[in-house]
Amino acid sequence: MRRYFGRKLFVYALTFFIAMTVNWIIPRFMPGDPVQSRLARASLQSPEASAAMQAYYERLFGLDVPLWQQYLNFWASLARGDLGISIWLFPQPVGDIILGAVPYSLALLLPAILLSWVVGNWFGAYAARNRWLDNTVLPVGYVLTATPYMWLALLLAWGLGIVAGLFPVGGAYSFALTPSATPEFVGSLLQHWFLPFLSLFLVALGGWAIGMRNMIIYELESDYSNYLEALGAPRRLVRRYAFRNAMLPQLTGLALQLGTLVAGSLLTEIVFSYPGLGYLILQAIRNQDFFLLQGAFMFIVVGVLIANFIIDIVYVLVDPRTRIQMQGGAA
Amino acid sequence: MSLKVRDLRVYYRTLAGDVKALDGADFELADGEITGLVGESGSGKSTLGKSLIKLDGRMRYVSGTVELDGAELPVRDSARMNDFRFREVSLIPQYAMSAMNPTRKVGRMIADLLESRGERFRALRPELVRRLELVGLGEQVLGRYPIELSGGMKQRTVMVLSTLLDPSLLIADEVTSALDVSNQRAVAETLAGFRDRGFVKSMIFVTHDVALVNQIADTITVMYAGRLAEKGPAKTVVNSPRHPYTRMLISALPEVGVSHGERRLSGIPGSPPALLDPPAGCRFRDRCPLAFDKCEQEPPFAEVEPDHSVACWKA
Ligand SMILES: Nc1ncnc2c1ncn2[C@@H]1O[C@H](COP(=O)(O)OP(=O)(O)OP(=O)(O)O)[C@@H](O)[C@H]1O
Ligand code: SF4
Ligand SMILES: [Mg+2]
Repeated sequence: MRRYFGRKLFVYALTFFIAMTVNWIIPRFMPGDPVQSRLARASLQSPEASAAMQAYYERLFGLDVPLWQQYLNFWASLARGDLGISIWLFPQPVGDIILGAVPYSLALLLPAILLSWVVGNWFGAYAARNRWLDNTVLPVGYVLTATPYMWLALLLAWGLGIVAGLFPVGGAYSFALTPSATPEFVGSLLQHWFLPFLSLFLVALGGWAIGMRNMIIYELESDYSNYLEALGAPRRLVRRYAFRNAMLPQLTGLALQLGTLVAGSLLTEIVFSYPGLGYLILQAIRNQDFFLLQGAFMFIVVGVLIANFIIDIVYVLVDPRTRIQMQGGAA
Repeated sequence: MSLKVRDLRVYYRTLAGDVKALDGADFELADGEITGLVGESGSGKSTLGKSLIKLDGRMRYVSGTVELDGAELPVRDSARMNDFRFREVSLIPQYAMSAMNPTRKVGRMIADLLESRGERFRALRPELVRRLELVGLGEQVLGRYPIELSGGMKQRTVMVLSTLLDPSLLIADEVTSALDVSNQRAVAETLAGFRDRGFVKSMIFVTHDVALVNQIADTITVMYAGRLAEKGPAKTVVNSPRHPYTRMLISALPEVGVSHGERRLSGIPGSPPALLDPPAGCRFRDRCPLAFDKCEQEPPFAEVEPDHSVACWKA
């Protein structure tokens, strides 16, 4: 078992290294020069001042050394926990900006993913044994999964936000307020949170419900269910087994979803101007902010890797088949 | 008589109409009798087996009664039938390799099943272990997951589990088809041993392999196109069959008594009629060399000598 996890950890470390290298390369090969565009915005008149500013910024951002050295410096500062300084929100450190955005993303995605998973599985499991529910859940589920996310989000924003005026459609809280622990501010947070949350919840719900329903039906028709029934096992036992076994792929699915947690809300945050990580990525690309982009991507990579590691562990814990194959492989 | 089946008809409901997969079975099993149920693929052997314990979703009872040890078996009422399953009628499925829940330890699964049927696992455990040892398995299989057992071990575990409550009737549906020749013999002999020890009273052993049946069965029952063609003592059916179909079946064997693994009963020209809308009269008519006018009426499954019945006008 130790060898198994040792091997896994090595693979994860390697993946992290490669992914971070790619993250470093990509912004640098994007067209455009962040320093130039900063200068253009500053609209300095004299060329000397301009040249001096350029040299200043290039040294500040560490762009004045050869690429290979920039690359080494990147790892060196990463090891110190330093993600660099943002170009877009100069001179804030990237780390601070990201830490400011992560809670918004998590507050949006964690409840949306977990609740849609729980509710979806619940509906799916009931649909598998109730014809009336099946006839409702299935079509609704298919419609929900087939709806393009953008479309659903815009529909919600338009219907519940603009037409009905029930919820605000942009930002994380009302600009008239300053962040504080007052009920008024928390209320505003919740109001702004609801629509983006609902859109994520709805779009994931159908998939879970259909997946669970199909898995349970598959398990109920499998040989072991048939055998139990032939031996007169009550429906309760057969269902319990089917439910348990149907949960296994759903658990993997959940862990995978959690892995894309940070990146998963990109579209939502754009549609609802919600200041999470996805919104940061959009801004970083627009402003050619190498460092912010690198930092945001690092969070995503780490998120995916951690989630995968969790899947590995969860699977070993819940599925004897994996556990045994693993022991066989390590023996 | 341990089992008495009268005019049992079970059809498959399909969009095109009813498939008459079992169309009027009349037979008996004596106490301690093992009958080998043979016939071509699609002749209704599994349908007959299932009709005595639990139907598949698309099957439907049309008529018939089943009596086990003098009491009527409520085959048509699945809920009432549940009390009889496992205790009175049990089954070793063809899919023994996948018959156990892969995510539950064998012992836990057996405990769950027994407790759900109102039996005490603790009380039955010693007997379970004794029987596992009888088939060459140790107590430790109970602590394993099915995936940790070989195919043969799974098969033997299922054999022991299915017969644990000493059912009166055991249906073994093609339990040997997936095995190699030496294991086929061993499994068949183990089942015969179960009967000798009184674990089961009577048994229907479904197979394609007439040679194998000849070794363990007391009687042979031949099915053709959803009907019984012949049933009699194994020796009689093999050595002097009376139904033309049985005769062709036996003569198609290279050498009775030597088993060459799975042998499809296929050396007979022509094919059985479609069961969706079978022709009236004897269903073997199209392939029968002896067919004559009268065969347009259905021949009764009648005794030609004690314990030997044949459905043929020429028998
Ligand atoms: N689900 C189904 N729907 C419709 N017809 C079916 C279905 N299952 C079986 N049949 C028909 O019922 C008949 C009997 O099938 P059965 O499985 O009892 O045959 P069998 O003798 O066990 O064959 P085999 O030796 O191949 O197992 C076949 O002719 C088949 O076409
Ligand atoms: S009843 Fe007629 S057709 Fe049928 S088996 Fe006998 S002789 Fe042949
Ligand atoms: Mg069959």
